[in-house]
Amino acid sequence: MKNELIIKNARLVDPASGKDANGALWIKNGKIKEIHWGNAPDAPEGIETRDAHGNVIAPGLIDTRVFAGEPGREHRETLESVSNAAAAGGVTSFLLMPDTTPVIDDGALVDFIIRRAEATSCVKILPSAAISKGLKGQDLTEFGLLKAAGARAFTDGNSSIQSTAMLKNAFTYAQNFDMPIIHQVGDRELIGSGVMNSGILATGLGLKGIPHEAETIPLARDLQLAEMTGVRYHTAQISCGKAAEMMAYAKQSNKNISAGISINHLCLNENDIGSYRTYFKLSPPLRAEDERQKMVEGLRNGTIDILHSAHDPQDTEGKRRPFAEATDGAIGLETLLGAALRLVHDEQISLLDLLKTLTINPAKLLGLETGRLAKGAAADLIEIDLNYPWVVAETDLKSRSQNTAFEHARLFGKVTTTWVNGNIVFEQDGTTAP
Amino acid sequence: MTPNSRTNSDNASGTNVPTQHHFSQKHLLGISHLNPVEITELLDRAEAMVDISRQPRKAKHSLKGRTQINLFFENSTRTQSSFEIAGKRLGADVLNMAVQTSSVKKGETLIDTAATLNAMQPDVIVVRHAASGAVELLSQKVACSVINAGDGTHEHPTQALLDALTIRRNKGRLNGLTVAICGDIANSRVARSNLLLLGAMNARTRVVAPKNMLPTGVEHMAAEVFTDMEEGLKGADVVMMLRLQHERASGKMIPSVREFYHFYGLDERKLAFAKDDAIVMHPGPMNRGVEIAPTIADGPRSVITEQVEMGVAVRMAVLEALLANGEAS
Repeated sequence: MKNELIIKNARLVDPASGKDANGALWIKNGKIKEIHWGNAPDAPEGIETRDAHGNVIAPGLIDTRVFAGEPGREHRETLESVSNAAAAGGVTSFLLMPDTTPVIDDGALVDFIIRRAEATSCVKILPSAAISKGLKGQDLTEFGLLKAAGARAFTDGNSSIQSTAMLKNAFTYAQNFDMPIIHQVGDRELIGSGVMNSGILATGLGLKGIPHEAETIPLARDLQLAEMTGVRYHTAQISCGKAAEMMAYAKQSNKNISAGISINHLCLNENDIGSYRTYFKLSPPLRAEDERQKMVEGLRNGTIDILHSAHDPQDTEGKRRPFAEATDGAIGLETLLGAALRLVHDEQISLLDLLKTLTINPAKLLGLETGRLAKGAAADLIEIDLNYPWVVAETDLKSRSQNTAFEHARLFGKVTTTWVNGNIVFEQDGTTAP
Repeated sequence: MTPNSRTNSDNASGTNVPTQHHFSQKHLLGISHLNPVEITELLDRAEAMVDISRQPRKAKHSLKGRTQINLFFENSTRTQSSFEIAGKRLGADVLNMAVQTSSVKKGETLIDTAATLNAMQPDVIVVRHAASGAVELLSQKVACSVINAGDGTHEHPTQALLDALTIRRNKGRLNGLTVAICGDIANSRVARSNLLLLGAMNARTRVVAPKNMLPTGVEHMAAEVFTDMEEGLKGADVVMMLRLQHERASGKMIPSVREFYHFYGLDERKLAFAKDDAIVMHPGPMNRGVEIAPTIADGPRSVITEQVEMGVAVRMAVLEALLANGEAS
């Protein structure tokens, strides 16, 4: 490991300070030592320099919603394989969801994740812990002990807690330990046996529909409970315009709430399901195109704070089934940035605003010091070639599962180098450092 | 595009065997995959099959040496028997896979079942499955032809074809007829396939149901939508009833059978709103006194048993059309 590096001739993008300008960056001992905006002075003798050739240098991405298969489903994804996928996608830290076997609902399991990550992962894996024991939505986990073990947030992952009383208690108790609650909303009874967005497409395919209200009704409950308890509340992913409207309204009186969205709901719509393509079976379901456009607007105007991959590896056994019987979820770490850059190229959002939702906003939610170009911060960085053309091929992906919703997508822009604590963990030529 | 040389689409004479065949599809997965010319060709072929079925000796040898597997993941005595008889009348070797006792019960996936059957080199697999899209999925994994005998709430194409054949034989045409489909539209694959077929053939389609039995977006599938049955039957040439699943009429969707029958059961009073010569259809099995009055089900305007007969003819036509293609290629 070289302890000093100067990256010059870069377009430095720092969403935290709102700066987007040319400059140079000096890394020393895994931290950012100096940031020079504008023309940098000549590098001191003997320090390695690297020419970014005008490429973007930005803080490494922070992904708040990543599922893996370790422990219990290692054939889908291990912490090692998911970290390689993350590095290739420019994700230098991610929040690991507790939906494993067993569920991460005990301090010892949080400790296990931290130790396994230290031993096998090339990026920073932040464990979350379950709100309810076994993700059953009934009994609280030991918030205090889980926090002490290293849990960064409480979430029931893909499960949605149905009991209002349970949620009220969880929100109140989480505040006791100043921990954020991340919750996926979904009314179990309104979802029923629904498997895709309710509408003419579902009717034509003979599939049961899921109405928007399955999302907005429980969201209304959560937002009121958040206001009542004062908890730091993050709704994990919204998918329809009405939910964004509700968030915007609630934010007027409550500064402790935020909303997330997956890259899938930002870039895809229900038409992608075509004739029963199960890689597009997600929860919440992909919505109609006009709703997707409202999601883009929500991200642009700041109603939606955080963009994530919702990386959810599923094996072919679960996906190669009739649509209604197939598992939900798509992988997304490696395509997150490339897909999101479509919006930048289409001038629907600025690069700075986009990266805000991928760096500083998630850093704030999780209380991290990374996610910014700041003197003294860990040198978790990415270099982006904004115009790098590539075609997504599932066989090229580093994830152990292949259920990408972007197969064959033509993308422009890719992470070409990823640094974690100043060390290169990914370079575009394909070498991933140990 | 299919050559459009047979545009006399509503020819009801049907006694002549078509000499020019354009049907070039490998599978029959749904009506949505068919154009009007292909629909007409299948109906014309089926007309000819009616005559064969009415002969004392019903054997035809067009499928001799061909293997047909009936793979029914959902029980259906009548549809399965209909396909079995159809295959046998054409000389095929027909095997009924007993799914209840097979490895499917042991957790084998649909794809594995498909791969296993495919290795046995059948020529056609007839599939019924409770999940929408399951038959299409299976068709992607086998080398032979696949016929959809009903998938979830998606499609049931041979039912729509046999209904169309029955209508055409009684009314002489499909074009311009007013057809009212009544009952649990939301949960019916029969309704979907019929709406697609009748729409493609320029019939005026209506659906009649209580609001909670109308699927989202139904107004894009049917020309007219009614919640009042008397209004919906006014001037109809054809009244097509759907079966009401009993479990839906116990308070979960519909409060009771008697309330459903009162508002949506076909009785003499409601039928009087249809044309005097309107025919009454039902895909079976019927619930007399739930969606249809016994006197109507067994009365002179009912063509329900004719539908069953046309079912065999249509399935013979479909089997032959698909397998003739296989032979050619």
